[in-house]
Amino acid sequence: MRHLHNIGLYFIMINKMFHKPTKWSVMKQLILKDIEDLVINSLGIIAFVSFFIGGVITIQTALNMENPLLPNYLVGFATRQSIVLEFAPTIISIIMAGKVGSFITSSIGSMRVTEQIDALEVMGVNPLNYLVFPKAVAMLVYPFIISISMFVGVLGGLIACVFGGYSSVDDFIAGVQLDFIPFHMAYSFIKTFIFAFILATIPSFHGYYMKGGALEVGKASTTSFVWTSVSIILINFILTQMLLS
Amino acid sequence: MLKINQLYKSFNNIEVLKGINAEFNPGETSLIIGQSGSGKTVLLKCLLDLYRYDKGDIYYGNQKLNELSENEKMILKSKIGTVFQGSALFDSMNIEENVMLPLKMFTDYPNDEIVDRANVVLKRVNLINVNKKMPSEASGGMQKRVAIARAIVNNPEYLFCDEPNSGLDPKTAIVIDNLIKEITTEYNIITVINSHDMNSVMEIGDKIIFLKDGLKEWEGRKENIFKTDNTAVTDFVYSSNLYRKIRETFNK
Repeated sequence: MRHLHNIGLYFIMINKMFHKPTKWSVMKQLILKDIEDLVINSLGIIAFVSFFIGGVITIQTALNMENPLLPNYLVGFATRQSIVLEFAPTIISIIMAGKVGSFITSSIGSMRVTEQIDALEVMGVNPLNYLVFPKAVAMLVYPFIISISMFVGVLGGLIACVFGGYSSVDDFIAGVQLDFIPFHMAYSFIKTFIFAFILATIPSFHGYYMKGGALEVGKASTTSFVWTSVSIILINFILTQMLLS
Repeated sequence: MLKINQLYKSFNNIEVLKGINAEFNPGETSLIIGQSGSGKTVLLKCLLDLYRYDKGDIYYGNQKLNELSENEKMILKSKIGTVFQGSALFDSMNIEENVMLPLKMFTDYPNDEIVDRANVVLKRVNLINVNKKMPSEASGGMQKRVAIARAIVNNPEYLFCDEPNSGLDPKTAIVIDNLIKEITTEYNIITVINSHDMNSVMEIGDKIIFLKDGLKEWEGRKENIFKTDNTAVTDFVYSSNLYRKIRETFNK
């Protein structure tokens, strides 16, 4: 029953987010700040994770292809498919649920605890439009991170492959280019846009409606990570079924 | 004029406000006093439209609060300044940006004029050369003064303060109290302050409303608070050893 109530409240929050818009001159600053906080500041960790996971995918694929009949370029092909279809859009989004999600929940939750949200409300500002809407807009830039993650992941795979002696640069690149289906990129970016909205709104919901003090801010961050990840995984399943089957 | 008529508010079937009546006038500093849990903050949050009340009416001038449309409420809120107990300054903005926010949100003044106005009010609350400091770098008293500056930057008609001198040393508390009093008289604002500090009552209270268990137990001028025979009020007033000693001295 509580979960149903929360789901209803979440959609009410989404609806309220578009009411009483904040002045554009103020909103513009908020969006730019959120792009910096949520997207630009995540580039380092995303590049790091993508590079090494790309490498690991390549090494594991190469080590599991012991049959001499399998061509060497399949390592590049498998790396590309894993990274483009699943790793970059889904796994990076789950990592972002931890990084960006907990940041959003704790910052909005702290504002709730210290009455800053009440202060906005008594000023006549719609706090949801002021706090959540710019985050949702800023996360429209999120696919940019995912495309970087794809590139760095494949690069990591290439370097691991060549330096590990599993195949040549030419074979790996031939595999990366093999049977490229442009719709897979579209599928990946459709997922990314939806995950971006989830990443901005579910953590905001947990921060905005939290009750209590500093301890509850920590609890809300944990809950927010759990529910954001669960939502991403469920929606990933539904979208994959809808778009690829 | 601000008027409260038979105001009721409950949470989970527990009545917190039980038919409060009150009237507040411009240029007058009114203090709502009472012990913790007496309903002071709930009353203030009802006045600020942060809580929806169950029964009764709140009149801002001739406007009934619960009959206003969203747009009318927005206009009304632009005439209200609020100082929260913990100051509620925005952590991500420096002091100047905090003060400028209401002007940026609700006026079309050019940026230079907004900065000038912010500097005028910061000067008014005796804050000079602190514009670029972050709230976390300011002392408690300084934060309260920034909160007051932010509350008055829009030339409000109503000023609400929730325990404005809580957590401050006695000297700074008096400075804050006097500042609120001066601003109230200077701008002819209706000021309502929640407090349980008897020093504030004696310093700045024009009108005192005493709440106990959600009921208005007593209302009067500060001069009369020591003369009342209402035991709930006297228990509250003389709960401090200092005031008991003063009474004993005067009774000798």
